[in-house]
Amino acid sequence: MQFFSGSSVVDVSLSPTAPPGTATGHAGNNANVLYIFNRNGICLLYREWHRLLRTLDASQDQKLMFGLLFSLRSFTAKMDPVSADKGNLGVPLLPGQGCSFYSFRTNTYKLSFMESPSGIKLILITHPKTGDHRESLKHIYNLYVEYVVKNPLYVTGTPIKSELFTTNLDQYVKTLI
Amino acid sequence: MAAIYSLFIINKSGGLIFYKDYGSAGRMDTNDSLRLASLWHSMHAISQQLSPTTGCSGIELLQADTFDLHCFQSLTGTKFFVVCEPGTLHMEALLKVIYELYTDYVLKNPFYEMEMPIRCELFDLNLSQAIQKDRVALLGR
Repeated sequence: MQFFSGSSVVDVSLSPTAPPGTATGHAGNNANVLYIFNRNGICLLYREWHRLLRTLDASQDQKLMFGLLFSLRSFTAKMDPVSADKGNLGVPLLPGQGCSFYSFRTNTYKLSFMESPSGIKLILITHPKTGDHRESLKHIYNLYVEYVVKNPLYVTGTPIKSELFTTNLDQYVKTLI
Repeated sequence: MAAIYSLFIINKSGGLIFYKDYGSAGRMDTNDSLRLASLWHSMHAISQQLSPTTGCSGIELLQADTFDLHCFQSLTGTKFFVVCEPGTLHMEALLKVIYELYTDYVLKNPFYEMEMPIRCELFDLNLSQAIQKDRVALLGR
């Protein structure tokens, strides 16, 4: 599986250039939520922009989300109609191993998903009518690399508290709404 | 070329009641298809819980690297889903047609027991015709 087209990795300058926004004008009914998980299922960042409904408390919600992604990953790896050798259902998969999914849509939201080779999972929830978010997720990943990974005070595997990262993230997500 | 790889029908409690393969690579045995079906049933339910707004009725489209999965849930909770090539159009319409065939040839069959695996000759026959028609239409587009 290919994660990055060669250029987007090389081009990372200090402030990555954003791909064009995919705003659709559905702002009124638009809940945006972003989750970042590391490979152990620890939620590094949870951020929401006008979310209307919270059925569960935050930690339950994050656990459920990680569980859903885990199961959907093994589901798609097993379902893959193109490859002949698919392994067994339910066996944990390495990042990039087997067929993965990049988005799903319900009638009320669209979830876009990206997994980096190091197992960082980015999940973006948007209005169901928005377009493809694969580029946006790559951009958010670049922001993460720039402002979180390169921060010498950041301890890997702990929740992200970088203000610079969240301001840049807020700014970028606004262009998506 | 197969536009549609497979079709699943699951009952309201997550049991697989119909499965047909239209040429996907690699063998999937009965156990695997049953487990995939019940896994999909729970994924569908969890996706409703995670909705950021009210009135969510579960996953309609799942886009993966090598396939698209379109799902249709009837009012009674029976789920129909097709696995097809990425970017295949008009799958919602096909699912509605399959649902229609299900009501006509399965539910109206006096020998069919509710929630049990579908073994109806007329349904099989009309289903393969519908899929064939969809393929012809696809070639025409």
